[in-house]
Amino acid sequence: MSENVTYFFYDLFQYLVNGLAQGSIYALIALGYTMVYGIIKLINFAHGEFYMIGAFIGFYCLVSGMPLWMAFPAAMIGAGLVAVLVEKIVYRPIRHAGRIPALITALGTSLLFQYLGQGVIGADPKAFPSAIAEKTYMLGEVIITRTQIIIMVVTFALMVILYWLVNHTKTGKAMRATSFNMNAAELMGINTNKIISFTFFIGAALAGAAGVLVGMYYNTAEPMMGLIPGLKAFIAAVLGGIGIIPGAVIGGLVLGVAENLVVGFWISTYRDAIAFAILILILLIKPAGILGKNRKEKV
Amino acid sequence: MFKNSTGKLLAYLALPFLLATGCVKEKKTETQTTTTTKAAAAPPSDEIVIGAVFPMTGAIATYGQESVNGIKMALDKINAEGKLTKKIRLIVEDNKGEPVDSSNAVRKLINIDNVHAIIGSVASSNTLAGAPIAQENQVPMMTPASTNEKVTETGDFISRTCFTDNFQGVVMAKFAKETLGKSKAIIIVDNSSDYSKGLAKVFSEEFKNMGGELLGNINEYTYTQKDTDFRSLLQKVKRTNPDVIFLPGYYTEVGLMLKQARQLGINVPFLGGDGWDSPKLQELAGPEAIKGNYISSHFSADDKDPQVQKFVQEYETNFKQKPGAMAALGYDGMLVMADALSRAGELSRENIKKAITATANFTGITGNITIDANRNAKKSAVVLETTPTGMVFKQKVNP
Repeated sequence: MSENVTYFFYDLFQYLVNGLAQGSIYALIALGYTMVYGIIKLINFAHGEFYMIGAFIGFYCLVSGMPLWMAFPAAMIGAGLVAVLVEKIVYRPIRHAGRIPALITALGTSLLFQYLGQGVIGADPKAFPSAIAEKTYMLGEVIITRTQIIIMVVTFALMVILYWLVNHTKTGKAMRATSFNMNAAELMGINTNKIISFTFFIGAALAGAAGVLVGMYYNTAEPMMGLIPGLKAFIAAVLGGIGIIPGAVIGGLVLGVAENLVVGFWISTYRDAIAFAILILILLIKPAGILGKNRKEKV
Repeated sequence: MFKNSTGKLLAYLALPFLLATGCVKEKKTETQTTTTTKAAAAPPSDEIVIGAVFPMTGAIATYGQESVNGIKMALDKINAEGKLTKKIRLIVEDNKGEPVDSSNAVRKLINIDNVHAIIGSVASSNTLAGAPIAQENQVPMMTPASTNEKVTETGDFISRTCFTDNFQGVVMAKFAKETLGKSKAIIIVDNSSDYSKGLAKVFSEEFKNMGGELLGNINEYTYTQKDTDFRSLLQKVKRTNPDVIFLPGYYTEVGLMLKQARQLGINVPFLGGDGWDSPKLQELAGPEAIKGNYISSHFSADDKDPQVQKFVQEYETNFKQKPGAMAALGYDGMLVMADALSRAGELSRENIKKAITATANFTGITGNITIDANRNAKKSAVVLETTPTGMVFKQKVNP
């Protein structure tokens, strides 16, 4: 009996570790969703593709022999620049056409990148080079790999930087102002186009970072890899309260942990079904998300 | 696939799927309503036209390219031997590994190119999409590599020159129990693949029949294609303490799973089917995790059989790489087709079909091929060991 209880706790902690690592990835992607939504109310479905692009930039950098400390920022900057271009070419011209055309355009952009990727890179999964020697650490019977620790640490660090950027810098202030009221922000002399570009850049750079981390974690990259994580990150953002930066993080972690607990203690066939049922339940109780506040429409 | 159903995913995934099933259904009703048999225009008489439908691009492109390499090598041999009085012209169509493109390719080969017969395809889902069209137009279609049971159930014009999943599952159950001497098995199933579920079922029945113990039931440990994180699933598997794990999946997920399993300290052998048989598996799993696992497949380049070695050498000189199972299957498929053509007499599609189904004891490099009453090939399988440098021949199992 006591042995079973010990096993139960070891397993529980193992699932939590796995869930936190996976959830950190969701959180990094969710941050971009939530920032873009917060600033121009656009659900940017192409966001998952920025993650894919980041993974491939990292892949080609590492394959060409670049060290990880160079490949990682290269992937972030590369993904960020692609996002800035997409915003300029695709989203900006239709920004005032309403939300549905923007949403459809985002879906189209997402498909464009997926199939462009399949055409240019090829659809078969690429084996991601192992940039660091993998090592496993045992805490009792709970196994933590070095990559898992790196993922959690990097995610945490990036989130702290983002928090500082948004809340304690002038650019951050301008971002918040643009998000509250774009016209008023413009009247105050803020170049909102620049701020929106910057928001896309930061969001996609985080997704690009997630792409490289995932490549290292699972040793694989392929053009369709952004589809499912992008979707899950979107849900994580909604769960945490879309538009709220800490909400995206909490949403991502909750989703990752919930999935792993369902797989561990229940049947993996129902992983997504049960994980999503939990999410629906949370949203029924708190429709604006975990950290969202139910505000009345301003009249 | 539908577990993740949201608007976005459905829009991506369901459309081609619906289109494919739509086409199949429409064709089926057509066959039911027309009482007279509807055959396409008779093929030309001055040459033999063979259509080939294979994935030359896309996710399983290496399978298609290898198959066509094998077919072309066989064609050279046939033309050199000169057993056939007419020349064979091969038309290769790319189905991109997609069911919709497969049915379109079959339709094009029949309606526009007026082929005598079709060879193809690799993935069972692709062959299943094209087969009803060939059947309806009464054009013989022979797949060298699709192992799903349902493929040849489409109709009497559809046949195959490889073994089926029923045989493969039995081979691996026997190997686990008798050769490796394992008694506590666990099965991890790819829930989105009929191939995987079929193999899992056969394996579990056979393993239990031989007195082995199956831990948990076969729907308990599952994953879905495109999953990348198997750690929690594997932790659960580890807790049941199996001495062998049967994992009938495709190499993309299997490679990742092997790697994660070794990290979690699971050191028992994994067994799989021909879905593992790709050089990508080694890349994805890495040199450590790949060691000490076994698969069943159609062919091994290490087989000491002189005929096999001759083929391997010729293939290497022609294409500068080692032939995989698909190359060997394509080669044998084309030779069986040519053999049937030489026995068919007057080259009507009906005669060609009869000649294909009458194939008996044809000595190929993937084994002795006899087409049975259900138009499936009875032939041997090989068990291969996965090593960092490739698959190594372990044993041959006869039906």
